[in-house]
Amino acid sequence: MATVTAPRRSRRTVRRVEKRQGTRDRLVVAAMVGIPTLLVIWLVWLPALASVALSFTKWNGFKLSGIEWVGTQNYTDIVTIYPPFWPAIQNNVIWLVFLFVFPTIFGILLAVILDREMRGSRFYQTAFYLPVVLSMALVGFIWQLFYSTDQGLINAVFGTNIDWYGDPDINLWSVLVATAWRHTGYIMLIYLAGLKGVDASLREAAAVDGASEVKTFFHVILPVMRPINMIVLVIVVIESLRAFDLVWIINKGRNGLELISALVTQNVIGEATRYGFGSALAVIMMIISTVFIAIYLRIVFREERG
Amino acid sequence: MARPANRDQYLASTVPNSVRGVDRRSILRGSVGAAALLGVPTLLGACGDDAEPAASGGASAKAGPVKFGMNEAKGSGPAYERLQGMADAYAKKTGAEVSTNAVDHNTFQESISTYLQGTPDDVFTWFAGYRMAQFAENELIMDISDVWPIDGMSDAFKKSATAEDGKQYFVPASYYPWAVFHRKSVFEKNGWTAPTTLDELNALMTDMQGKKITPFAFAAKDAWAPMGTFDILNMRLNGYDFHMQLCKGEKKWDSPEVKNVFQTWKALLPYHQENSLGRTWQEAATSMAKEECGMYLLGTFVVDGVPPETQDDLDFFTFPTLDPAIGNDALDAPIDGFCVSAQAEDDESAKAFITWLGTAEAADAANNAASAPFIAANEAASTEKYGALQKKSAEVVQNAKSIAQFLDRDTNADLANTVITASLQDFIKNPDDIDRITASIQQQAASILG
Repeated sequence: MATVTAPRRSRRTVRRVEKRQGTRDRLVVAAMVGIPTLLVIWLVWLPALASVALSFTKWNGFKLSGIEWVGTQNYTDIVTIYPPFWPAIQNNVIWLVFLFVFPTIFGILLAVILDREMRGSRFYQTAFYLPVVLSMALVGFIWQLFYSTDQGLINAVFGTNIDWYGDPDINLWSVLVATAWRHTGYIMLIYLAGLKGVDASLREAAAVDGASEVKTFFHVILPVMRPINMIVLVIVVIESLRAFDLVWIINKGRNGLELISALVTQNVIGEATRYGFGSALAVIMMIISTVFIAIYLRIVFREERG
Repeated sequence: MARPANRDQYLASTVPNSVRGVDRRSILRGSVGAAALLGVPTLLGACGDDAEPAASGGASAKAGPVKFGMNEAKGSGPAYERLQGMADAYAKKTGAEVSTNAVDHNTFQESISTYLQGTPDDVFTWFAGYRMAQFAENELIMDISDVWPIDGMSDAFKKSATAEDGKQYFVPASYYPWAVFHRKSVFEKNGWTAPTTLDELNALMTDMQGKKITPFAFAAKDAWAPMGTFDILNMRLNGYDFHMQLCKGEKKWDSPEVKNVFQTWKALLPYHQENSLGRTWQEAATSMAKEECGMYLLGTFVVDGVPPETQDDLDFFTFPTLDPAIGNDALDAPIDGFCVSAQAEDDESAKAFITWLGTAEAADAANNAASAPFIAANEAASTEKYGALQKKSAEVVQNAKSIAQFLDRDTNADLANTVITASLQDFIKNPDDIDRITASIQQQAASILG
């Protein structure tokens, strides 16, 4: 059998060989689907479900026998007697809107300008992109040098005595400016890469047709850049939901800088071990993220169908 | 309960019965007996001639290789040098191998519960108070009652090492009192003296304001910092016992006593530096060094925040009496020391090491190895390396009737870190909302502790 070459095989043999290969293929496919699925279940779904389960308990994280079922008490406490919760929700929304309106649009503008290949554009690119390379912790430290009330640059130059990081009415905006400093460069680079990929003939065609620069951008370039626009949109949403490092560096997410991610951390990581309460906060964060993810997936699938 | 007549009587009254009932001799007998049963060679005779004070309870433990977890990273200054100095001295003295694991201070503290449940070192640095007791309750640290009493450690220190079950789980090494710091030269220049009553304090603060000096430096960016002010006002107005009861959840946060503390604080706030919520304690210390502020209520670590040339100019006094019926003999003096993890590889080696760590010899080894000394918990330790500040600190603590650990060391960590921190900052922002803030703390405290 082994020496028989393919053309001489009877139909039956061919079918059997196909079947055998089919079985092997199916095994390979099963492994390729199964192993990642198991990993996803183990690393994503199990912890997520465990968090949901823990969110209905009270547990100090020491002994498993110490887990105490409390029903929805954590959730009721969060929305009724936990003062930082509503400010955190509000701050997360402000963060999202701000990031979308200012640094994103500014980043796109910079990308469009730098795309025109003016003199020194490489230098500007590097300069604007530099903050992205820095860790958020470092960004926080650098801005501390500007914002410090007694020893900071801003107050020294303008002779003011504003408590940039401490005054709960303005510290969120101070932090947002620092975030924007980094975020702008990030968006700029992504957009610049996208712009470089736009077919030059499109611009020429638009120019021949007599469209102005602005019109060309909005009516020709922007629609062509749709995939990049989607990526930018998703990045903004993700960045604002996972905003955490900067406020944690500054004051551990307290006093005007409450964010849900910081509240989860305060309750679970560190010396406080309110695992049930922290899990409830994490579940709320998960639900909010799910809403955005659902919207995103809807858009993507609709696009694929269209 | 009648107020105790003297310090010894007071200290005796605060020690749990289970501790008081056991005298040194019976512990010694017990541990020697246990050692004999287990066939562990007793070294008691061997070190009889030695002037080493460790010849108390734990001397029956045998020195062996030990893993030592330190909450100071390598190169982080005197604190690291002292711990390393102790480890080196022990290794040299006994020939036992001490493998050290040096971790950054805050990282160590914040990951303590995962650390203890993972693979902790045999002996590790930790704090006295509730923060130690809750690990004892959850069986994460080892009962080391048999190394107590330790020669040179007062009952107050034994009390700080005792958990709810009346057993000891901790060996103190050092402490740092909280007091009102100021620059000697500034006080001399202006003819100011340390106030002892509220009236004197008020007069001093008014005079300082007249001379364009902000009376109190104040920082609240680190959320634990304002706890020092709350603690001292609470202990001056309501006493040490109330502080402890409040920390244990036996008194309510929305009680008239606590509201009174906030009312008093509110009256003092105008004399504090503004914009405190954005300021670190180092910055506040700097403004005292620069003579912008007259005084600063902080732990003795304040010296690390001022330039070296002003360090020698620092002096302090304990916070003045606010209520003559309560007096001013209580203060915050957090105690740092060591615990043995429940998973220690060899109980005897770990106990031998921690016993030695409590001795005056260990304290001296630490201070000789470092550029700046700590204030040793062991009374027999040499004070040779102490500066004027340390000498005075030791004296103040020895004269204090009651020593509290600090709000976040005496109370449930969940409550302290997630509720009280935010609430104190809220109060600094909105000093008029005392009723709302205290009610909110109480609601959350009931939910967390209940």
